[in-house]
Amino acid sequence: MAVIDLLVPKLPDTEVYGALARFPTTRALYRACEQVRDAGYTRWDAHTPFPVHGLERAMGLPSSKLPYIVLATGLGGAALGFLLQTWVHTSAYPLVISGKPLLAWPAFIPVTFELGVLGAALGAVIGMLALNKLPMYYHPLFRSRAFERVTDDGFFISIEAWDPRFDLDKTVALLRASGAEEVEIIPGERSAVAGGGAEVEGGRG
Amino acid sequence: MAQSSDNAYHDPLSGRAPLIVGGHDFHSLTEAVAAPLERKTPLGWWLFFIPSLAMLGLFGLSIGWLFWEGTGIWGLNNPVNWGFAIVNFVFWVGIGHAGTLISAILFLFRQKWRTSINRAAEAMTIFAVMCALTFPGIHVGRVWVAYWMFPLPNQMAMWPNFRSPLIWDVFAVSIYGTVSLMFWYVGLIPDLATVRDRAKTHLRRLIYGIFALGWRGSHRAWLHYERAYLLLAGLATPLVLSVHSVVSMDFAVAQLPGWHTTIFPPYFVAGAIFSGFAMVITLMVICRVAFKMEDIITVRHMENMAKITLLTGSMVGYAYGIEFFIAWYSSNPYEFGVFVNRAFGDYAWAYWIMVSCNVISPQIFWFKKARTTMAILFVVSIFVNIGMWFERFVIVASSLHHDFLPSSWDYYSATFWDFASLIGSFGLFFTMFCLFCRFLPMVATAEVKTVLPGADPHAGEERIRIEPGAATVRPATEGAG
Repeated sequence: MAVIDLLVPKLPDTEVYGALARFPTTRALYRACEQVRDAGYTRWDAHTPFPVHGLERAMGLPSSKLPYIVLATGLGGAALGFLLQTWVHTSAYPLVISGKPLLAWPAFIPVTFELGVLGAALGAVIGMLALNKLPMYYHPLFRSRAFERVTDDGFFISIEAWDPRFDLDKTVALLRASGAEEVEIIPGERSAVAGGGAEVEGGRG
Repeated sequence: MAQSSDNAYHDPLSGRAPLIVGGHDFHSLTEAVAAPLERKTPLGWWLFFIPSLAMLGLFGLSIGWLFWEGTGIWGLNNPVNWGFAIVNFVFWVGIGHAGTLISAILFLFRQKWRTSINRAAEAMTIFAVMCALTFPGIHVGRVWVAYWMFPLPNQMAMWPNFRSPLIWDVFAVSIYGTVSLMFWYVGLIPDLATVRDRAKTHLRRLIYGIFALGWRGSHRAWLHYERAYLLLAGLATPLVLSVHSVVSMDFAVAQLPGWHTTIFPPYFVAGAIFSGFAMVITLMVICRVAFKMEDIITVRHMENMAKITLLTGSMVGYAYGIEFFIAWYSSNPYEFGVFVNRAFGDYAWAYWIMVSCNVISPQIFWFKKARTTMAILFVVSIFVNIGMWFERFVIVASSLHHDFLPSSWDYYSATFWDFASLIGSFGLFFTMFCLFCRFLPMVATAEVKTVLPGADPHAGEERIRIEPGAATVRPATEGAG
């Protein structure tokens, strides 16, 4: 049960998850993101099949904190590697080999470097997944058939219903006015649990 | 990634040709990449897969016989105590390097043409490292104590010697394999989500869905994702350079004439990239035709790879020359003796196969016609694969077989089981590659889409410089807000 809890989003129990709008091009999406940002929404996201460069500016997002995590895990890995070798050769198994000193630190550099890289790479991958809250096998957006195009050629904006500025009619109107080709209301947890109808698709996996 | 559009698509200002031809849009690209995964298994695939599987069987057989009988089944003798196992190990580690070069170093240099081939090249890296790691594992003689390679607490309170390049090698290659696998998988996540969303059956959706981790293409996620990708590229770049440097130190730190040279680390790295690119060309010449991806893996991609092959081949040729020069210039009679013996002694045949395959054959790539003709590319890439295997053979066998004392000189020749393990390792490699082509997207679709026209939200707009950090700068043509 505990593991399952980690893999599903913790979302408010509402009738409606939010509004999902599809845009025809990256340019239309970019403009629409600027409008949603300027309208003051905070609980929203853009979904694209590939990274649209510069979109974070249109969305007003800060840059990723991941490099700090990677720096920490990388230095941690390197320190651990150096300490392991020092401990082995000076304390656990002190053995003079070919006249070298026990603490032959220059010879420890390759393994220290490799373990530093390993630590940093693990930090980058696990840190990225953690920041993105992945894996997450269940999400209300997966109830939309149209959303399947997000990994092909669809450009989407989703605005969540618990955004303080969310108002079903006004939000849909904003999305339509900003150039959406289609706008869809995504059912929330409550309607899904109640057997939310034909258009409700099961999870994706 | 940078938002510069200079290598991205046809740009009237720079006059560069588009990277992807055939007028693809986002959807047709998805279709083209997903097609090999979704259609019925073609007969041609079986024609590659079954022989590969048979060769893999031979690998299993040769390893089984080795474990049963011991390393006596190989042609090793005294003084040649290192034979095919180490030659194959270095050969396969080298093959892997091109994948990391394409995925990491070309990424840092903003070479956007890499997007079409990086997935397959990274897959090749992982399979090559798998082949490579097999050999140190099986060649130790007493395989049941192979775990002594790792710093594991044991009942003898014994620890490995971290002052030896052999233990550096264990760390370098295994960490290289691990980081390459993570890099590859991170790149695969969005494409696995594509396959998941196209799945027609529940099982397919379930399996690809598990590996896609619930990816939703969220831009908040892309932001961390791209940063992770950039960091991994930045980490893999020094890593790949360190790996073959460490492999070369297995030789260079020894006091043996022919091995004890400072040129080894850069020379090994250049050779590794050279051999790896040859293998990528070999595989891509077949794959682009077999999977109808000529529009995505274009002649231009092949030509670029041929250019890198020419460059690294010439670097390797330079290293051969300088090695000889230094052997003479050092005035060390043993050192020079080994090199004269290498070129004119018992193993002269291997030396000249190496020189003609590695130095002479790629010179044909000075001609554009040769760089763009698939048949020539294929033949030369095979020559290079052969030549680079012989390079490692020459380094190992010709340096060892003449000891300081003429009384201990001997000639090493391989047995059937040596060849069985060499051919068998190709079986492992090609079996894995066939499975990869059948079940995973062979081209990094999400990345290729970023170089299509239409990916840039500002395409065609008046160019303005956006300063990094200016969060709210918008194009001047914008009236909304």
